[in-house]
Amino acid sequence: MTPPSPTRATEAPAEQVDGGARSGTGTFATRMFGIATLVTMGWLVAFGLGFSPADRDQEEAVRIMYVHVPTVWLAYLAFTVTAACSGLYLFTKKHSLGFDRFAGASAEIGVVFMALSLATGMLWGKLTWGVYWQWDARLTTTALLFVSYVGYLAVRGLGGSHDQRAKRSAIIGLLAVLEIPLVHWSVRLWRSLHQEATVLNTNGDVDMDGLMLFSLFVGVVAFTLLYVWLLLHRSRVMAMEDQLDDQGLDRAIDARRAEATS
Amino acid sequence: MSAGVIAMEDAGFIIGSYVLTFAVIAGFTWRVLRGGRRLADRIDDDDKYWT
Repeated sequence: MTPPSPTRATEAPAEQVDGGARSGTGTFATRMFGIATLVTMGWLVAFGLGFSPADRDQEEAVRIMYVHVPTVWLAYLAFTVTAACSGLYLFTKKHSLGFDRFAGASAEIGVVFMALSLATGMLWGKLTWGVYWQWDARLTTTALLFVSYVGYLAVRGLGGSHDQRAKRSAIIGLLAVLEIPLVHWSVRLWRSLHQEATVLNTNGDVDMDGLMLFSLFVGVVAFTLLYVWLLLHRSRVMAMEDQLDDQGLDRAIDARRAEATS
Repeated sequence: MSAGVIAMEDAGFIIGSYVLTFAVIAGFTWRVLRGGRRLADRIDDDDKYWT
């Protein structure tokens, strides 16, 4: 005779358990996004390291730009999404925690992208300027932006209820995003070693070789797909973490009530 | 220093930047997906809004 199973998972049909455990946070749409991301990342490597020509001034070092520039742009986008979701959490009547989780997930991905942008920028700097780091206006403001969002994530990790977490991190999310224009305009506001914007410049004139511009475009598409894919998965993981927290709290309250009545 | 030597020195930095980028992304992705799979079997399918 088979002993009764104490867990829900073993009571459920095997097919359902396997499906649930294997799929995790995945759906058909995220799988399609994942495949598209992998394909475009392959294109990025092919164009970035292969087909794209060397630059007249930067020579081969320009190839680092195809990962450096998209990661910093996507970090800006991620932090802007964090701010938008923070605003939606704070200023809508419902105060939906879904917005808070999107804000947190987006900030986490943005921090990863920003760290990559700083690291690849240092490698590019060593080849182009001869040093890994300079306390230049652009580099310093970028490092400050990175540290601000590490702080944002640290604040999210402090104790308290989900609403307390959402409220305090939303305020930081709305303040920290104000640093992005400062980072972008730092090369104009101060005398900077870092070059001015080549693509997102004010006169709208893109002075780049066609294949170089296409390689950069492939990089932007690849990292945008990756960002959306990671955002969907990470926000779902956060939803499950919150739910398990709530279940644990409910169990603790029940246990306390049982203790009080016994 | 010959141009060939400079190109070889550059290759380490250029390929290194791609390897570093993809390694960090793979690590972060693995952490997210592993977290999702670990938690998914502790939550009812009805409570997963994406299913």
